[in-house]
Amino acid sequence: MDLINNLMLGFGVAFTLQNLAYAFGGALLGTLIGVLPGLGPVATIAMLLPSIYALDATPALIMLAGIYYGAQYGGSTTAILINVPGESSSVVTAIDGYAMARKGRAGAALAAAGLGSFFAGCVGTIVIAAFAPPLTELAFKFGPAEYFSLMVLGLIGAVVLASGSLVKAIAMILLGLLLGQINTDVISGVPRYSFDIPELTDGIGFVAIAMGVFGFGEIIANLGQPAEKREVFTKDVKGLWPTAADFKHGFPAVLRGTALGSILGVLPGGGALLSSFAAYTLEKKMPMKPGEVPFGQGNIRGVAGPESANNAGAQTSFIPMLTLGIPPNAVMALMVGAMTIKGIQPGPQVMTSNPELFWGLIASMWVGNAMLVILNLPLIGIWIKLLTVPYRFLFPAIMVFCSIGLYTLNNNAFDVYMGAGFAVVGYAFYKLGCEPAPLLLGFILGPMMEENLRRALLLSRGDWFTFVSRPLSGALLLAALLMVVVVMLPSIKKKREVAFKDAD
Amino acid sequence: MKIKSEKDFWSGLMFIVIGAAFAWGATNYSFGSSARPGPAYFPFGLGILMSLLGAMILFKALTFEVQGGDKIGPWAWKPLIMITGTVAIFGWMLPHMGMVVALPILVVVAALAGDEFHWGEVLANAVLLTIFSWLIFVLGLSLTIPLWPSFLAN
Repeated sequence: MDLINNLMLGFGVAFTLQNLAYAFGGALLGTLIGVLPGLGPVATIAMLLPSIYALDATPALIMLAGIYYGAQYGGSTTAILINVPGESSSVVTAIDGYAMARKGRAGAALAAAGLGSFFAGCVGTIVIAAFAPPLTELAFKFGPAEYFSLMVLGLIGAVVLASGSLVKAIAMILLGLLLGQINTDVISGVPRYSFDIPELTDGIGFVAIAMGVFGFGEIIANLGQPAEKREVFTKDVKGLWPTAADFKHGFPAVLRGTALGSILGVLPGGGALLSSFAAYTLEKKMPMKPGEVPFGQGNIRGVAGPESANNAGAQTSFIPMLTLGIPPNAVMALMVGAMTIKGIQPGPQVMTSNPELFWGLIASMWVGNAMLVILNLPLIGIWIKLLTVPYRFLFPAIMVFCSIGLYTLNNNAFDVYMGAGFAVVGYAFYKLGCEPAPLLLGFILGPMMEENLRRALLLSRGDWFTFVSRPLSGALLLAALLMVVVVMLPSIKKKREVAFKDAD
Repeated sequence: MKIKSEKDFWSGLMFIVIGAAFAWGATNYSFGSSARPGPAYFPFGLGILMSLLGAMILFKALTFEVQGGDKIGPWAWKPLIMITGTVAIFGWMLPHMGMVVALPILVVVAALAGDEFHWGEVLANAVLLTIFSWLIFVLGLSLTIPLWPSFLAN
């Protein structure tokens, strides 16, 4: 059995005392830094890259993988605890995770995120070991038209992130796409909507929007409510652990999320990110079991599904990097950088020329995931204690960490001003009943979507039918259309349920 | 004409205006053709589409009765102005006055925006957070954050 031999080789490499220590160190550093708002995995790895030069290739990559997972989990922690998604993939986690925290169930949410991620990480490791070559074939079939259609599907899926009006949610996605247009056009190099402000030619930072709208906007909305009506966190914190019912509801969600994430993660460019959105969409559309909390009010499936998908996706996104040398996201690009510094050319030959490195890395991803669970389950108790701090102490602290985080993005006050501006925007959205999560997804996918649209049109010489006539792209668009129909269905279904209840 | 849903009326208007503004802004850039789309191609289409959706929301807000009128309710001016103001001031002060001055001011003004304010508590919180931030960001992560006012540091 090749698979078992290869994994044995990998675990042989990963289970040396030195490499275990690097995996642990990476996971620890990643978690600690990822918990600070504004410092995501990219910033963390970029900061630590110089100290990694000194290491050998294998321990260096093992440590990077640890930091990556740690920072990702740290980002989910802030999403659950203070509603500030540390990075794009935890936007979804914030919706139900923060709702759970407000109801005193932060422990259950954090544990579900941790355990779900660990499970997804285990499956992802096996998927990489078994299917790396065939999955690479799948990624090859994706041209610009397919990517564009996939993103349309993803954006339509994002509509379910909002619980209110469908049209408003789509308008918010478009607003996000438009905000993403404030940048320098990648093809012609023309700065757009920048008003001659040099900082704007690089685009608005994701973190500035996330912190302004979710972090500061939420604080303003909370303070705007009279003190007696305001109940940010309940005093009655219910246990650190998920209940038996949580496990019963959560586990199928973890399975579905893992499957989705493993497949979507292979696609370079936002695959892992889309998978967390797709998983949330899927969970929201699954029939509710009796005794479940509605989505948006703290359903554990809304945390477990996306978190597992996200981690499985993060795991399988190593496939295009290791086999094709194409980094699927910024973190992976830094990893490719680290590999080349060490004199290893990423690409299909890594598997044969450096088998210890390849399989060692895969095994160490699993080790990194295991470290995370060992590290974070005890930490949950500390995080929960944090929420029992009265809100009048907590919100200035959130503001301090967000503001410093904003400043350190580019060592520039401009991002802090942007954060303040988006605080006003976030409060206006709150007042107007516009839910901001779809906007954030639109903002992230906007530039990628435009690039692929224009490339696809270029290739087809301006023929829009290319999106429908290419089978894979057409199928994705059809799925998007079906999704619109399905999203509109619940209102019909709900009425039917009411009718049935009356008949009883 | 009567507004049936205040929230939808104003958000519809917001989408129309922002969409139109982006579409109008796009006219400054080259459109290209559909075979060679230029920088204006995508934002123009998006802007028009968003205005159309805004119009739909506006139309709905004026025709369909909503229970309670979906009132926006009073704006929380005090926290809105103080929270955003203090963040912006912090942004200006940090490079000039350093963390030791800017951070306590941020904490105190933010706390003033809340409805429970005790000097002792707030000052203790400010000192604690400043020390904590110094430990994490400057000592731990060695980020380049100015610590003291620039006229003292030089």
